[in-house]
Amino acid sequence: MRTALPVPKRCLWIALALTIVAAPVQAETIEVTIDKLVFSPASIEAKVGDTIEWVNKDAFAHTATVKGGWEVMIPPKASASLTLKTAEAVDYFCRFHPNMKGRLVVWP
Amino acid sequence: MFTRSTVAVATLLLMGAAPLAQAADKPTDPQIAHIAYTAGVIDVEAAKLAIEKSRNKEVVDFANDMVRDHEAVNVQALDLVKKLKVTPEDNATSQALSKAAADERVKLAKLDGAAFDKAYVDNEVAYHKQVNGALETVLIPSAENAELKSLLETGLKIFQGHQQHAEHVAGMLK
Ligand SMILES: [Cu+2]
Repeated sequence: MRTALPVPKRCLWIALALTIVAAPVQAETIEVTIDKLVFSPASIEAKVGDTIEWVNKDAFAHTATVKGGWEVMIPPKASASLTLKTAEAVDYFCRFHPNMKGRLVVWP
Repeated sequence: MFTRSTVAVATLLLMGAAPLAQAADKPTDPQIAHIAYTAGVIDVEAAKLAIEKSRNKEVVDFANDMVRDHEAVNVQALDLVKKLKVTPEDNATSQALSKAAADERVKLAKLDGAAFDKAYVDNEVAYHKQVNGALETVLIPSAENAELKSLLETGLKIFQGHQQHAEHVAGMLK
């Protein structure tokens, strides 16, 4: 038998209020997985101050490279991250395997 | 023994230009494993020659990438054949690839400087294109084992990436 536990409404409201207040202050870490030469999700949106973490499941080294911009080296079976400092919309690719493509939009 | 017609047939198979021959001579998984492994070894050997001979940073960096990636693919290939208890089997296509690679090495060994760099990188573009064609039209469709097929598909993406990378380096040498 299942009995529903009554949750006081006030508690829910407090929890909700906390979430809303906390969200804009806290920088997030956004994970991008690399598996079989595919960035996923391929396209991400973030805010300045957030961190992108690339988790490489492949046995191959990859990079996240912006032409004329930054580059992150991602060793095989390892992770690498980048903390976003500027608002920009960029396409990135892997310098070793230019057929691997991703997109990043950073909001101020 | 190696006859001219074996090379011709193997080359046709590789280029995917002989659908009839393909149907008749569809490679088996042990043969496919052998071809894929051989293709990787050939590119590693060419890269090692380039690392030794070239003075161009772009070319040497590219060659190092080739050694790293193809050795990694081949480690996975060996792990897989061990797991599947498959013994890679030599075949006409592997032999044709090795023969063509040996000829290319003789040619490259005679060149130096910019001439070597250009010949090496141009050959890398052509070679990856050729292997990609074989993977797409013959090897992947013929593979019976799902894990082997999946490894070949990853290999194809790696090789396609290398082809683009090689084209980029070739563009910089001009
Ligand atoms: Cu890559």
